[in-house]
Amino acid sequence: MTAPTAERTTRRSGVPRKRRDDTRLALLFIFPATIGLVAFYFWPLVRGIWLSFTSWDLLSAAEFVGLQNYERMLVDPIFWNAVQVTLYYVVVNISVQTAAALLIALLMQRLAQSTMVRSLILAPYLVSNVVAALVFLWILDFQLGIGNQVLEWLGLGRVGFFTTEEWAIPTIALINVWRHMGYTALLIFAGLQAIPGNLYEAAKVDGASETRTFFGITLPLLRPILGLVLIISVIGSFQVFDTVSVTTDGGPVNASRVLQVYIYQNAFAQFDFGYAAALSVALLIILMIVTFFQYRITRAGQTDLN
Amino acid sequence: MSQPTAEAQLGAVVVASENPEPRRDPPPRNRRKITPRKVLGWVVVAVVLVITIFPFYWMLRTALSSNAALYANATSLLPVDFSLGGFERVFGLQSAEEAIAAGGSGADIDFWRYLGNSVVVATVVTVSQVFFSALAAYAFSRLQWRGRELVFSLFLLSLMVPLIFTLLPNFLLVKELGLVDTLLGIMLPNLFMAPFAIFFLRQFFMNVPKEVEEAALIDGAGKIRVFFTLITPMSAAPIATIAILTYITAWNDYFWPLMVSYSDSSRVLTVALGSFAAQTPQTGPDWAGLMAATLVAALPMIVLFACFAKRIVNSIGFSGIK
Repeated sequence: MTAPTAERTTRRSGVPRKRRDDTRLALLFIFPATIGLVAFYFWPLVRGIWLSFTSWDLLSAAEFVGLQNYERMLVDPIFWNAVQVTLYYVVVNISVQTAAALLIALLMQRLAQSTMVRSLILAPYLVSNVVAALVFLWILDFQLGIGNQVLEWLGLGRVGFFTTEEWAIPTIALINVWRHMGYTALLIFAGLQAIPGNLYEAAKVDGASETRTFFGITLPLLRPILGLVLIISVIGSFQVFDTVSVTTDGGPVNASRVLQVYIYQNAFAQFDFGYAAALSVALLIILMIVTFFQYRITRAGQTDLN
Repeated sequence: MSQPTAEAQLGAVVVASENPEPRRDPPPRNRRKITPRKVLGWVVVAVVLVITIFPFYWMLRTALSSNAALYANATSLLPVDFSLGGFERVFGLQSAEEAIAAGGSGADIDFWRYLGNSVVVATVVTVSQVFFSALAAYAFSRLQWRGRELVFSLFLLSLMVPLIFTLLPNFLLVKELGLVDTLLGIMLPNLFMAPFAIFFLRQFFMNVPKEVEEAALIDGAGKIRVFFTLITPMSAAPIATIAILTYITAWNDYFWPLMVSYSDSSRVLTVALGSFAAQTPQTGPDWAGLMAATLVAALPMIVLFACFAKRIVNSIGFSGIK
């Protein structure tokens, strides 16, 4: 940062009476944003952690209970089930989504760079999760859904996508793949554009096959972007709520009761805010661990270009 | 909450720093040659596009059908027994008896109200959030003050706070302020700023040439005037982009309004749709009505997108936002 000094000298000679330092104006300008930052980001962070050590139903005063919520969590079978269900969701969602997005990004780069194609592919990302969930609730309806009609034509038999335990999570995961794959593809596409074209030229001159070029050039050079896209989508994926809430609400039984749904139900159906807060802390810790390992494994911070 | 999700935010941070300009690869020399591989590629592109677009078409097709006919012709690709009844039920143009006869729930659904609520929430949030974020972004990019980088890094830190963690305590705060079940309660956490908007606008404000600003300052304009008459007009395009994105996010938000609103007075479209789906009449869901409602909820975003698609899509190209 050499600019400030340079500017200071210019101003001292050019406009002598102007204040060199804009502190007062700056404080005025960041005042509203700072209210938002403190009241709705930092304060809730502190308060959420505090709440997790209390027992509170909103009616009486919050009561400090130490680690009681955490002890309860460790022996709560629904919590452990929720962790499993969430992980299962994340694995299905992320693997299919990333593979599809990578394929779409490569195709866009090689064949269809038009804004038209890119816009259409992004369209699902612009409708809400609720809209996406309702449309697929209809398409995959057991009796009338076109999806099930097609399955029957193909001789595969109807599937209770939202009503059977084994299908609920994969179905919800794939709905969210539909909504997010275009957006993810565009992020990866942006990463592909950053790979210098002359590397491909060189590979072509050397007679490398397309597969070889992909594994030898594209994938290694895409790794930092792909790593970060993965971290970002995994964080988003862990926080799945809307789709589950609208379609199955956690059922059948507990088959799709992901962590966020369980947190919501504890807070707003059981009015057990302390326990809900403890569950949020657990989700935060899981997210931090997963992100840490992902960062290490994908070496997302480093690039092999240079 | 109506701020670009963490994924969008981080995506932007990442790609913005690594890929400032989209680089077009030189067109391959054999562009016109049709190879089997290329045909396969196009087939895959076509399949992807069909998967992407079909649900939108199916929404429209169902919304324009009548319920009774849907049961008989579940697979017809065109609307069956064309009817605007679904839309009429959504907007309360049918009497309860008519609606029940047509397969609706007959429940009193104040769709105009939800639509109005959504418009108010998304508009106020967008205007307020973008304005305050722009002010902060200006302070972080063009004003000289001690502690600037430190405070900015605190704002960046807030990008890392996962949404779920702030929702419950924010609900309690809104409750303590007596704003539960009000539109203000829904809007409040998003009125002041979005970390991503500040970051995004700061990038553009930094790129305004110093000379332009200094010329105005020498002419006697104050920094406040420079901001309003120089920096904002010069950054109109990025401000428009972030405003569109904020609007879309606010419009689509579900989890937060679900927590805060209990009655019609503060119910927004997404939440109304969720409960609309749950009100299943005896005869089975009113699919035509439900799809009509879904379409109405999605339509403003589709229109907005159709108008600004190029801007939004290209902004992913160079800055990585959604």
